[in-house]
Amino acid sequence: MALLEVKSLGISFGGLRAVDNLNVSIEQGKLYGLIGPNGAGKTTIFNLLTGVYKPSDGFITLDGVDITGKSTIEINKAGIARTFQNIRLFKGMSVIDNVKIGLHNGNGYSTIEGILRLPRYHKVEKEMQEKALELLKVFDLDSEAETLASNLPYGKQRKLEIARALATNPKLLLLDEPAAGMNPQETLALMETIQFVRKHFNMTILLIEHDMKLVSGICEELTVLNFGQVLAQGETSEVLNNPDVIKAYLGE
Amino acid sequence: MKLRNKFKFDKRARQSLITYAMVIIAFVVVQILLATGSMTSLMKGLLVPLCVYAILAVSLNLTVGILGELSLGHAGFMCIGAFTGAFFSKCVQDVITIGWLRISIAIILGSAMAGLFGFLIGMPVLRLKGDYLAIVTLGFGEIIKTVVNVVYIGRDENGFHFSIKSNMDLNMTENGKTIVKGAQGITGTPKDATFTIGIILLLVTLFIVLNLINSRDGRAIMAIRDNRIAAESVGINITKYKLMAFSISAALAGSAGVLYAHNLNTLTASTNNFGYNMSINILVFVVLGGIGNIRGSIIGAVILTLLPELLRSFNLDNLRMLIYAIILIVVMLFNSAPSFIQFREKVTAVVKSKLPKKGGVN
Ligand SMILES: Nc1ncnc2c1ncn2[C@@H]1O[C@H](COP(=O)(O)OP(=O)(O)O)[C@@H](O)[C@H]1O
Ligand SMILES: [Mg+2]
Repeated sequence: MALLEVKSLGISFGGLRAVDNLNVSIEQGKLYGLIGPNGAGKTTIFNLLTGVYKPSDGFITLDGVDITGKSTIEINKAGIARTFQNIRLFKGMSVIDNVKIGLHNGNGYSTIEGILRLPRYHKVEKEMQEKALELLKVFDLDSEAETLASNLPYGKQRKLEIARALATNPKLLLLDEPAAGMNPQETLALMETIQFVRKHFNMTILLIEHDMKLVSGICEELTVLNFGQVLAQGETSEVLNNPDVIKAYLGE
Repeated sequence: MKLRNKFKFDKRARQSLITYAMVIIAFVVVQILLATGSMTSLMKGLLVPLCVYAILAVSLNLTVGILGELSLGHAGFMCIGAFTGAFFSKCVQDVITIGWLRISIAIILGSAMAGLFGFLIGMPVLRLKGDYLAIVTLGFGEIIKTVVNVVYIGRDENGFHFSIKSNMDLNMTENGKTIVKGAQGITGTPKDATFTIGIILLLVTLFIVLNLINSRDGRAIMAIRDNRIAAESVGINITKYKLMAFSISAALAGSAGVLYAHNLNTLTASTNNFGYNMSINILVFVVLGGIGNIRGSIIGAVILTLLPELLRSFNLDNLRMLIYAIILIVVMLFNSAPSFIQFREKVTAVVKSKLPKKGGVN
């Protein structure tokens, strides 16, 4: 059984059918691409998968567990973590604290233990510090651990968001236009990082991009979306040769 | 690498230590001034209120600066603490005769009660944000004050009697004594509050707030402040942490109220002590000291409490409000105007470059 199963998922905003009859299944360990022009409904799908929006129709199962209609918090605990198209960091906090927020639910001590600085506080904080640094190292951010998140350059902010999402120890990682606003070199480096993350953490990744070339380089499977509808779906090479896709999306 | 992380970790602990040290030094200085007899009676009278206001400012900063929610009802929680504590101390006045013990228990009870109310009020109102939350908390603060004004509680040999109408409605026997007397409040609370107890309470407050901020829960609270949606996306329970911050903030305000009540002969709930005036005053301390800056809250509370008195003693009484306002504006500009911040950063950079470089750690 696939890790993520989406069955006839749909949502309407008033009269607008933002996502209609979406069926996707993503196997464990796959790097899956979701592409389509602006306004196609890609981010809306992420919001449905993470419980930000409640679907009007359809079902979502993660690793055999029905998560349809669950809250964002429950879904994160069930194993889905995400990044945002418009970066959402904890700006007033340091880089490492951003990652520690991601580690929050996996590592615990009580409020009293925290205030009284009991032994468990020191033990767990030390563990969190180590884990957070380890994650930051993967993204080459460890030397900026104490920098204020808002002081990071744009590209690093995107990386930090990925690190924070990974800190929640997810089964499925959703990346919403991770390369947006990056120059070609940065984009290339990011794609390498994403592939590294996939191998290193044995992670299943669903990636949104509107740049077709970019995704085709690293994704094994694609879903092409247009006006909330699935235009084409399947192996990357097949999808790219699909006449509908060529006509409607690639243009000329 | 190891060394640097240790150093950075210590930096936060060091900041906290500086804050504790500041309070302790202030305490020692005051003790010296008292011992040498160089403190006016007016200043002596301000010592306990200074502690009260500092605790209130620190506790409000937890809600405003750390949780990032505007509350205008802080004085309401102070009021609950004050009346709970004073009520307790009046009841046990003859049973517990050791002042510090009596007020310590009163502080625990008062802050527990205020914390409970913070929790109960927080549950519905923390769903609101920004201006809406500010208005609703303002309303609750006023409701608390108003309700306290109509409460009558008395005691006779049959136990406690309660009324919200009048003293007569308590239906007590001839031996009955009224403890809480409606708008006339509570009279004759033992004056157990001392500067030393105030400073200890301030240190305890600082200990709780600073350690909370620098812990897992504090990070969750600040994450909600910085980006609610992102916090939810990594599984932070928004309601839980908002309520936690708000209730702790209320409980600490309650403890300040207990201290306040044990410094007065007559405790009444009026607009000036527990109304929106007070809530706004506390907020001004926080804003002046820097939102989210705990040490600043103490400094803000102390400066703004002492300033009017100092101006009075310099015979600048008629210019008092003017100078007060000017200082407020200047400090706020200094703290938040972009050009001022740039200027400050330039100055610190110049100063730093003049200083000899520390070896080893960069
Ligand atoms: N909360 C909402 N309310 C109304 N319309 C929305 C909402 N969220 C998204 N939409 C609409 O759904 C469509 C798809 O948006 P989105 O998923 O953000 O597109 P993209 O593929 O660029 O990420 C757009 O027309 C957008 O205006
Ligand atoms: Mg989008």
